[in-house]
This record gives sequence, structure tokens and C-alpha cells, in this order.
Amino acid sequence: MTDLYFYAALFLLANMLVGLARALRGPTMPDRMLSGELMGTTAVAVLLLLSVATDTEALIDVALIFALLSVLAVVTFVRRTWPEPGPPRGRRWP
Amino acid sequence: MNLFIDGASLMLLVLGLLFFLSGTIGLLRFPDVFTRLHALSKTDTLALGFISASLALQSGSLLLTLKLLLITLLVMVAGATSSSLIAGAAIARGVRPWQR
Amino acid sequence: MALVFDALLALAMLWLAWQGVHAQTLFQAVVSFMLFGLLIALAWVRLDATDIALAEAALGSGVTGALLFAALGQLPPEPIRARRRTRWHRRLLALAWGLVLLAPIALLLYGVLQLEGRGLGAEVNASLSQANIGSPVTAVLLNFRAIDTLLELVVMLSAVVVVWSLGATAPSPLPWLPAPSLPALTRLLFPVFLLTAGYLLWRGEHGPGGAFPAGAVLAAGFVLAILSGARAPAPDGHTGWRLLICLGPLAFAMVAGGVLLAGYVYFEYPPRVAGLLMIGIEIAAGISIGFMLTALFFAAERDHSSQV
Repeated sequence: MTDLYFYAALFLLANMLVGLARALRGPTMPDRMLSGELMGTTAVAVLLLLSVATDTEALIDVALIFALLSVLAVVTFVRRTWPEPGPPRGRRWP
Repeated sequence: MNLFIDGASLMLLVLGLLFFLSGTIGLLRFPDVFTRLHALSKTDTLALGFISASLALQSGSLLLTLKLLLITLLVMVAGATSSSLIAGAAIARGVRPWQR
Repeated sequence: MALVFDALLALAMLWLAWQGVHAQTLFQAVVSFMLFGLLIALAWVRLDATDIALAEAALGSGVTGALLFAALGQLPPEPIRARRRTRWHRRLLALAWGLVLLAPIALLLYGVLQLEGRGLGAEVNASLSQANIGSPVTAVLLNFRAIDTLLELVVMLSAVVVVWSLGATAPSPLPWLPAPSLPALTRLLFPVFLLTAGYLLWRGEHGPGGAFPAGAVLAAGFVLAILSGARAPAPDGHTGWRLLICLGPLAFAMVAGGVLLAGYVYFEYPPRVAGLLMIGIEIAAGISIGFMLTALFFAAERDHSSQV
């Protein structure tokens, strides 16, 4: 069974690297961010699988940190980096 | 009973891998940011849920299972919010959804 | 099979590093750098260095990404750099430089291959009982080479001071928020950030964890709160901020000097209270690191429109 988990992790790593093509090709900024999101979620899954395959419980903590901090990049990108044309008329948040 | 749990775990694992694959295919093949968002965030969250469920069936420890549950919930909440942020920001910046 | 995994990881890292240097726009470079950090964390995991993987996951792909993106938002929109053909003599120069730089790397590699044994792990584990703490990594950081760790904290403190000396920092006005779910998410997640930081501090006593990842998670929580519209006083010139930022180095230095008064050598913890002292230092350092990183983020927020 542990061998199987390692194969699954390998499959996910390959999957993640194929998804990298979107980060390199774009064409727009959010497309590249989406690729980052894919890699973040997949890395969480890879870490979970590796944690079971190698019997290292601490890897779950690394996965937890990834899951917790993945939102930060997207929020900073939307709030700071993406050039803004100004708010549309009407309601405002916050 | 043990065989049943092993079988269910294996099935969940394979389902998770397939959903990850479909998310990547969607990200690469779909035509614009909204469709890619749709393909990616839903399938990936679901796939991670399947994989955590598969591992939780085998974990045999309550703490580990709770951590897996916490990670899955975090990814769900974070994925949903970041998708809505990106989509909302794209609309506000005048990105037109793709039409045939 | 493990070899296939590692080879794939290494190739992807090299490719992303190349992309980070040669991207057409700064934004692409930043994205490549962040994804590179993510893969580096995986590489540390493969090298059985879970402690460093934890720190890299929290700092490298979390807080650093936020800092870089915020800094990118302050720059004027960049034109796409056209791929120009480089002249042949420039290529020759670059090649020569590459060869010159390759020499020390080859020397280093030779030195590493000459090393006997596999690092200092055995020695650390052998003297772990003298350190009065469960985790070998924490024992090295806070006991065997405590002065290095103190100086690392001082380096971070100096970085904050230098950034503050560059000018007043003020949070720039937040742009329009496209989704109302963000403040709700922050309300939900902020306690989880605090809890995780506390968990990592506690975990550092007997396993991978400790002040640096805990501080980074704390800072990530603060940055998320700021980006969701939370109001905080600007850090420079604020007494509370100064105290919180100095807390870690100060506590560390006070312990190091305090044991002198009790008749011990500099940084020699009295055996009876050693564990307690190290836990105290760890907590103070974690809090300080969190506030230092947040202060750096505030500096990236500086509103350049008010300056000429």
C-alpha cells in the first residue's frame, strides 16, 4: 500500500508540472495565478501522500501550512498587483 | 471488513487522482480565465477531499484524521474565496467572458 | 522510483529558476519565484529536513510572495520586454563569466564529496541530553549555537530599522474589494492562523516547528487582516510596535546576560530552568518575528504618490 501512495505522489507531481505550462504561457496575469493555485493544492496532496508513504507525521504540518497560506498570494495579487481601472459605479466594499 | 476498507480507500485514491488530472486538463485546454477557474478550483478541491478521505480511512488515529479534515476544510474555504476574488476582480477590470 | 520523483523535482526547479531570471515581465518572474519556493519546500521534504521545509513553506511561498506582490503593485505598469538578439561578444562575456563562477562551485562540490560521514546529526543526538530540550533542531538553534540565532534576530531587526529609515510608512488606500467574502474569510481564518502559530511554537519543543515558521504564520495572519481592510496603526514611531519588535532579541540577550549574574558562562543555561528559559525565548522570538515581517509588509505598502 505504501508503494502505491508513492506512485500516486509521483503521478500528482507530474500532473502539477504539466499544469506549470499555464504559468509559463499565460496569457493574462490571473491565468498564471491559477497555475499557482493548482500547484498549491497539488502540493498539499503530494505532502499528505508522502507523509503516509514515508511514515513521517510531521509532513502533515507542512501540508497544513501550505493549505493555510495558499490564500495569501491570491489575496495580495487581487488587492495589490492587478492594475485596477477604478471601482465600478454603485456598491462599495468594505 | 478490512478488505472492504482497503477497497474503499483505493477507490477514493484513484478518484482523487482522476479529478486532479481533469483539473489540469481543464486548466490547459479551456479558453478563458473564467472557464479555467471553473475547471480548476472545483475539481481540485474535490480531488483533495477524496485523497484525504482515502488516507483518513487508513490512518487509524483520531488526531491524524482531524488534521486531514482541517486541511481539507481550509483548502475548501480558501479555494472558494480565492476563486470568487479572481472572478470578481476580472469582471471589475473588464475581462469579458468567452463566448463561442 | 524515488529517483524518478527526485529527478523530476530537480529538473522542474532548474527550469523554474531559469524562468525566474529570464521572464519577460517582472510579474512572471515573481510567479516563477513563488512556484520555485513551493518546489524547494518539497525538495527539503525529500531530503528529510522537515524543519526547513516548514520554514520554507511559511516564509518562501507564503510571506515572501505577499511582500513581492505588494511591492510589484507599487511599481508603474511595465511594458513587455521584447526579446532582443544579444550581440555575440556579450554572449562570449556571459559564457566566460559563467565559467569563472563555475570554478568555486566545482571546488565546493569537491569539498563536499571529500567529507566523511553524514553531517553532525550523530553528535547532536549524543549530546541532546545536555540540552534539556526534546527536539534536536531546537537544541542546536537555542542552545548549541544560540549566539548565531540571536544574531539572526538582530539582522532581521536591523532590516526593519533600515526599511523604516527610508521614509514614513503609511497604508495606502485599499482598492475596491471585488468580493464580500474576503472579510468573512479573514474573520474565519484569523483564529486558525493564531492557533497554528501557537501549535508550531509548542511543537518546536519536541519536533519540527519553532519560532521562525510560527512567526511567519503569525505575520501571514496579520497581512491577510490588513488586506481585508483591518485598521492597524502604522508601525514606525509607534511605541507598542517598537516594543513588540524588540521583544525577541531583548529577551534573548537578557537571558544570555542574566546567566552571567548568576555565575554561569555567557549563554550557559542553568540546568534546572534551561527548558523554561528556552521556551520563553522561543515564544518571545516567535512574536517578534511575526511583527517584524508585518512591519516589512507595511513598508512595501508605502504610498509613493505622496512623495515626489
